Amino acid sequence: MRFILRRLGFYLIAFWVSITLNFLLPRFMPGDPVSRMFARSAGQMQPEQIEALRKLLGVDERPIWEQYADYLYNIVTGNMGVSITRFPTPVTEVIASQIGWTLLLGTTALVIAAVVGNLLGILAAWRRGSAIDSALPPLLIFIGSFPYFWLAMGALYLFGVILGWAPLRHAFTDGLEPAFTWEFIADAGAHLVLPALTIVLVSVGGWMLGMRNTMIATNAEDYITMAEAKGLRPGRIMFRYAARNAMLPSVTSFGMGLGFVVGGALLTEVVFAYPGVGYQLLNAVQGLDYPLMQGLFLTITAAVLLANFLVDILYVRLDPRVRSN
Amino acid sequence: MTVSQVSFGTHEAVLEVKDLTVKYVGDTRSTTAVDRVSFSIGTGEIFGLAGESGCGKSTIANSLMRLLKHPARISGGSIRFGGKDVLAMSPEELRRFRWQDVAMVFQSAMNSLNPVLTIGEQITDIYTTHAGYSRKESLRRAGELLELVRINPVRLKSYPHQLSGGMRQRAVIAMAVALKPSLLILDEPTTALDVVVQQEIMAQIKELQHELGFSVLFITHDMSLMVELSHRMAVMYGGRIVETAKAADIHTNPQHPYTQALMGAFPPLTGPRVPLTGLPDGVKFRNIPDLAEVSPGHYVAPFGAELLETGALEGATR
Amino acid sequence: MTTFIEPSPSAPEVIVASPTAAPASADQSPAAPSPAAAGKPRKPKQGLVHGLLTNTKAMVGASILLVFIALALLAPVLFPGDPSRITDMAGLEPSPEHWLGTTAKGQDVMALTIHGSRSSLLVGLTVGFASTFVGILVGLASAYFGKFVDEALSLVTNVFLLLPGLPLLVILAAFLPPGLGTVILVLIVTGWAGSARVLRSQALSIRSKDFVAAAVVSGERAGRIMFREILPNMASIVMGTLLACVIYGIGAQAGLEFLGLGDVSTVSWGNNLFWAGNEGALLTGSWWVFVPSGLCIALVAFALALINYAVDEVTNPRLRKIKPVSEGKAAK
Repeated sequence: MRFILRRLGFYLIAFWVSITLNFLLPRFMPGDPVSRMFARSAGQMQPEQIEALRKLLGVDERPIWEQYADYLYNIVTGNMGVSITRFPTPVTEVIASQIGWTLLLGTTALVIAAVVGNLLGILAAWRRGSAIDSALPPLLIFIGSFPYFWLAMGALYLFGVILGWAPLRHAFTDGLEPAFTWEFIADAGAHLVLPALTIVLVSVGGWMLGMRNTMIATNAEDYITMAEAKGLRPGRIMFRYAARNAMLPSVTSFGMGLGFVVGGALLTEVVFAYPGVGYQLLNAVQGLDYPLMQGLFLTITAAVLLANFLVDILYVRLDPRVRSN
Repeated sequence: MTVSQVSFGTHEAVLEVKDLTVKYVGDTRSTTAVDRVSFSIGTGEIFGLAGESGCGKSTIANSLMRLLKHPARISGGSIRFGGKDVLAMSPEELRRFRWQDVAMVFQSAMNSLNPVLTIGEQITDIYTTHAGYSRKESLRRAGELLELVRINPVRLKSYPHQLSGGMRQRAVIAMAVALKPSLLILDEPTTALDVVVQQEIMAQIKELQHELGFSVLFITHDMSLMVELSHRMAVMYGGRIVETAKAADIHTNPQHPYTQALMGAFPPLTGPRVPLTGLPDGVKFRNIPDLAEVSPGHYVAPFGAELLETGALEGATR
Repeated sequence: MTTFIEPSPSAPEVIVASPTAAPASADQSPAAPSPAAAGKPRKPKQGLVHGLLTNTKAMVGASILLVFIALALLAPVLFPGDPSRITDMAGLEPSPEHWLGTTAKGQDVMALTIHGSRSSLLVGLTVGFASTFVGILVGLASAYFGKFVDEALSLVTNVFLLLPGLPLLVILAAFLPPGLGTVILVLIVTGWAGSARVLRSQALSIRSKDFVAAAVVSGERAGRIMFREILPNMASIVMGTLLACVIYGIGAQAGLEFLGLGDVSTVSWGNNLFWAGNEGALLTGSWWVFVPSGLCIALVAFALALINYAVDEVTNPRLRKIKPVSEGKAAK
């Protein structure tokens, strides 16, 4: 319980850091985004928009701590301002309409990559010197060396443009209304395959190598020798004794890997024009929509922190040693 | 060369090891960790194996159950257990042989228990795997087993880190006798424990041995403990056995200079205080010959000035 | 003939048992001596260099890397002039004249690719060295001073580790004025935490060794202990971290530039891909515009990863290749 509370405190601090970062960035950055922004779109902006921007960017006569307190209050109450590019939609609304797609893509890719990678790692460590152990890691390292977006573009070109097996863009066919019908789910699934596959392909090697190396270290532990001496069946030793222990660091990196997958998902979303928060983030950057940018960053951070917290709770379930102190 | 059997009592040998050789195979060269070692253990006998760290005692223990891991491998000799050739067993035969016929208590109980499974789970999987009992029946027997080593059965639900060092080692011993094996290997079972707990554990093992009648291969570098407990013993040096005899004979009349040094290096558990002696600095033995019988049941590797290396140079460089 | 492991020469040394302290997670402890290597202890550093020189993976990786460095240095000689100059030979397929064809703007792809290696390698190496350096400072300070310093630095490290890298990168790049300096700075800000974490845990385990305690007792200065006593013993981990950081730098730069957040006027692999995407190279089927730069990034990253993998193998004997055991009898 104390462990959980400690972690919770840590995540709150991390979130506070990212809020503060968000607050400080536009105020202390060289190059003055305000003038950049105004220079570009002064003509088409409505007074309310300019007002909202001024507030956000701290073009504000009040002392900074007052602005800071205001900012914190707004974030905590879920008020992230108004989007510039989609004026006057509130940022929260824009994000809410997109986060689902990112969650779908990210979770699918992460879970598949982690499960497949860990299983391969277990097998490789268990059968040292076999094909899985000697040929697969270099191959996966090689695939993992390619930039995410490059593989994604290649896959899009090959399977989308040339072979025509997969849809080219977006999360579902234009004109289809999102609904819980088989037609829509199948369509969304078809759009999901390629983006998810590229993320899996690039990240599976890391999981496999990590698991393989911890498994090899674990296999040298006395309790594995003892389990063998006990005459247990190989499958039981492999999973209940070796993998069960080797899994623990893997669970921690699952949390860490989230941030990575979010990043990967961002690039993948851009390539496939997949309407998630990553795609939206890039649009916001290109449209100099600073409120939306910040809102997206905070949301992504919050999601990653929350997921890490869930992983911690899982960890406590898996490692009895953490539970008791 | 055979060491003829001076078994305890008139029983037959449970374990016969002949010319066992174990090598550690490296990339460029190999090292022989156990070199043509032969011994046997009779039914109900406690056989001690003594020697300093790195002399190959534990390697022998692991060889007997074929637990050696890369880069160690058995490169010669034979191991026979109750007439079966251990080295010829198929993986499945080997799996059944392990724990049912020979069980082992490892050096450190903390490290030999799986940290993420409860004691109960780790005992019951012995029963479910080997005896085919149901989970419930296994759990009942596991409780009895813990009672046998005087641990409260509620501890079945505990994880290893929740037990004290002595309790953990007793739990491991309980596991070792779960299937009533005919041979129990004790690989320095009390090394990591303090003296008081050591005594408790040894008393526990003696008691269990009386009750269940298994043979014991007892490995330690603690000579006084070994002489107290063993019927017969062997002294190892550099992968070879340099002397083997009844424990009492070795105690009263050690022949090989290395044995004498070992005996001199430990205080006796009982009796008057004597000054401790050891092997002089830099003295080493090379090319230890095969054993020769000096008196009935007492075998010693010949030694002499030409086999003894005073090695002043080597001593100085270390 | 008899060979055997030489036992320690002096009298039985085993009065007190040496319960080897529970080995710290083995994947991080350096070079546990394998029984086979018993004999004269080799110096770890010599062992690392020698091990890498005889390791096929390391040699393959180093060769690939050297080729790219040579190409980067020779770029102005091989393809003089501005590679991004727009000509009217647009969209040509690979031919003897233009080995890798031309872009939609009539630039020679081969020239773009080779010139691109300059920026990509420069940024990658700079980011790699700088973030490793920060990581070393933070890790050593954490481990050496402990207590409050450690708590504070670990907290900062972990926060940075958790903040999702690429979105943070995007945000930072969006607010900062565009340019190569920004790219490098942003990549260091987001990249140092990972190395700091790894180096801290390694430094921590060395900090607890007796020879460090001895140095502290003998009154050596903190800086000297950190850099002369602790740091040399982490050589392999530092090396691994450095390689990982360079990989990160190259990949993240490419990603950032692909999103159009770099300095689009420089020629680099990431920018080449950005323009390829922008000009719809794939949709028009000009795969030759798109393939080379990506392949180069992958090859460099792969070469670095191979060396990294080799460092792991050399320092951790357990990971080395196992020769298949032919003898059926021998224990597995």
